[in-house]
Amino acid sequence: MKVERRIISVIVQNEHSVLARITGLFAARGYNIEALTVAPIPDSDMSRLTIETRGNVRVIEQIIKQLHKLIPTYKVIEHEEMIEKEMVMMKFPINESLSSIQALCQAYNGGIANVSSQHIITMVADEPKRVKHFIEAAQRFHPVEIVRGGVVAMERE
Amino acid sequence: MEMTGAQMVIEAMKLEGVDTVFGYPGGAIMNVYDEMYKQKDFKHILTRHEQAAVHAAEGYARATGKVGVAFVTSGPGFTNAVTGLATAYMDSIPLVVISGQVPITLIGTDAFQEIDATGISRACTKHNYLVRSASELPLILKEAFYIASSGRPGPVHVDIPKDVTAELAKFDYPTRVDIPTYRPTTKGNVRQIKKAAEAICRAKRPVFYLGGGIIHSGSAELVREFVKATQIPAVETLMARGTLRHDDPLLLGMVGMHGTYQANMAMSEADLMIALGPRFDDRVTGKLSEFAKHAKIIHVDIDPSSIGKLVDVDYPIVGDLKEVLGVMIPKVKEQVDPDRYQPWREILKRYNEIHPLGYEESDKVIKPQWVIERVGELLGDDAVISTDVGQHQMWTAQFYPFSFPRQFITSGGLGTMGFGFPAAMGVKRARPDKISVNFTGDGSILMNVQELVTAVESRLPVINIILNNHYLGMVRQWQTFFYEKRYAETDLSFQPDFVRLAEACGGIGYRVETKDEFDEALKDAVEKGVVAMIDVVVDRNENVLPMVPSGGTLYNMMLEFKD
Repeated sequence: MKVERRIISVIVQNEHSVLARITGLFAARGYNIEALTVAPIPDSDMSRLTIETRGNVRVIEQIIKQLHKLIPTYKVIEHEEMIEKEMVMMKFPINESLSSIQALCQAYNGGIANVSSQHIITMVADEPKRVKHFIEAAQRFHPVEIVRGGVVAMERE
Repeated sequence: MEMTGAQMVIEAMKLEGVDTVFGYPGGAIMNVYDEMYKQKDFKHILTRHEQAAVHAAEGYARATGKVGVAFVTSGPGFTNAVTGLATAYMDSIPLVVISGQVPITLIGTDAFQEIDATGISRACTKHNYLVRSASELPLILKEAFYIASSGRPGPVHVDIPKDVTAELAKFDYPTRVDIPTYRPTTKGNVRQIKKAAEAICRAKRPVFYLGGGIIHSGSAELVREFVKATQIPAVETLMARGTLRHDDPLLLGMVGMHGTYQANMAMSEADLMIALGPRFDDRVTGKLSEFAKHAKIIHVDIDPSSIGKLVDVDYPIVGDLKEVLGVMIPKVKEQVDPDRYQPWREILKRYNEIHPLGYEESDKVIKPQWVIERVGELLGDDAVISTDVGQHQMWTAQFYPFSFPRQFITSGGLGTMGFGFPAAMGVKRARPDKISVNFTGDGSILMNVQELVTAVESRLPVINIILNNHYLGMVRQWQTFFYEKRYAETDLSFQPDFVRLAEACGGIGYRVETKDEFDEALKDAVEKGVVAMIDVVVDRNENVLPMVPSGGTLYNMMLEFKD
C-alpha cells in the first residue's frame, strides 16, 4: 500500500494532559508525526490540533478512528484538500544582501520581522511546499537559524 | 451539601450501587479508607496485593457485567495495579480504579510514594483523570462509571491527590452525564444491516465468528436465536465461550491457534463470515494474508476502530450488537432458507469426523484434559470457571462444557498469569450461588498465591485446581516444538508443598495422583465450602493440540506431535 502524507485536524476538549493523550496514541501505535501545531480555539473550551502525518490508507484510517476514540476528542477533520499554511522564521547575518533577502521574502508572502545590530529575522507564511522552496532558496544567504512553525489547515468549504 | 473529597468517593459508590470494593490502603488514600470505615453500604475486601485487587474487581465485573471497583494507594500501590488495568483494557472489562496521589502541592517534586500515575495508566485505560479539586470530583466519578460501562467497556482510572480527599466542596452528584465528545454509536446503519442480511441469505458457506462483544453487550440469547433460525454453523473465540451451549450441534468449537479442526477449516473455507463482536486477534486469524481468503466479511462492532483494523471488511456495521441484531435477525428470518446450508454443514461434519477434538487417555497418569472434562461432568452448570494463563487455560477453553455466557472468566488479550485466583474470588463474591473454580497451573498459581489469605479471611471459597505438570507448560511446549527441546528455565520441578501451603493460610489442600482421588477431593472441597487447592499431578509432556504455529495459516494445523 502506498504511503501518503495527510493533514488531520483534531478538535479536542481543552483539558489536562489532552496533548499527551494524542501524542501518546501516536507513539504507542507507531504512527508518525511530521509536524504538530496546537492552539486554543477562541471563545470556547476547545483546542485545535493540526497534525501532519504519513501512512498508507489503512494506517491513516486507523489514526482517524483512534483519534476519535479518545474521550476528549470532539471532531476529527481530514480532507484531501485543505488550505494549508506554514510559518517559518529565519535569522541571517546582516550584510550587503539585505535587499535581496527582503525581495525573496516578499515573493513568499513574508518580510523582515526584526533587525538587530548583527542579524535580521525574516518571517514567511505560505503553503508548506512553497515554504520548503523558500528555505532552499534562502540557503545562499547563509541563515544562522531556522524555526518552522508546523502546518495549520482549514477546510475550503 | 458540603463534604470532603473522601466522603464524596464513598457517597458516589453508594449512588452507583457498588456493593463490593476490592483494595489495599496506604498513605495517600487513607482519608478515603477512613470514611469507608464509617459506612455499611458496601463491603471492602482486603486483598494481599494490589494486582489481585484489580483482578478480583475484574472477576466481579466479568461474572456480572457490572462495573468492578478497586481502591489503591499512590506510588507502588498504583504501579502494582497496572497489570490489572492492562488486563481489563485488553479484554474490554468495565472497571473504576481509584488511586491515592500525593497532595497537589507535592506533585512533581518526587515526593514519597509519588509516581505519574495518569501518565502510566493512559496507555492501559479507556480514560483516566487526575482530580484537581474536590469540586470536580462528583462529575468525574459519575463520568468514570459511565465511560467504563458504556460503548466498548473498559477500565477508567481516577487519581485523587490526598489534599483533594480532605478538601470540602459541594456534593451534587449528577443523575446523568452528557459528554459532548463521547457519544458511542449504538444504532447500526439500517441500509448496511439490510445488505448484510441479504448477503447471509445469498451465501452458500456462511459461518458465524462469535466474539467477546456478545458477552459484553448481553446479546448471547439473541445470537442463540440467530444461529437456530439460520442453522448456520458458528465458531467462538476464547472470549466468547459460553455464548452457545456446548452441546449445540451448530457450535464448531473454539477458533484460532488452539481451535478445533472443523472451526478453523470453516473459517478458511467459508464464503461469508458473520463476525459478531470479535477483534480479529492474531491468535485467531493466524497469517492475515491467508485468513478467510474466500470470504466476504460482515463485521458488527461498537468500536469503529476495531473494524478494518487488520482485515478488510465488506459489510462494516458500527453499533451495539443487541440493537443491530434486533434489526438484523427479523430481516434474515424473512428470507433465509436454512436448508440452503445443508451441504456446507455436511462438509464441516465430515471435518469433525476426521479430526475431532480429543486426547489420548492413559491408565498410568492423569491427563489434564480428563480433569477438566471430569469437573464438567461433576459440576457442569453449577460452576463458574476462571483460569490462569497457559496450557491449562487452553484445555479449559477446549474441554469444559460451557452452557451460559459469563461462565468462563479468563485473561484473553493480555494473557496475565496470576489472574485466575483473584478473579475467581471476585466471581465468588458476585455469584455466591455458584461454585467458583479456578483452573490453574503450577506456574501461574504462584503469581498471586498470597490471595489464599484473602480468600480464607473473606470467606470466598474458591476451588483452585492445579494441573501440575512441573513445567511452565506452554513455554515448554513451544520449546519442544520450535526450540529443539532446549528447556530454558521452564522446569518447575522444585515447588512448594501446595497442600501445606493451602493449610498454612487456613484453606484445605489435596494432593491427587489418581482419578478416584480427584473425585474424592473435588467432592470434599465442594461439600466443605472452603478455600481449596487441589494439586493434580498430570502427564508432564502433554501438549495443547491442535496448534496453528504463530504466524501460520489457520488451515495448516499441527494435529499431533510425535517425537
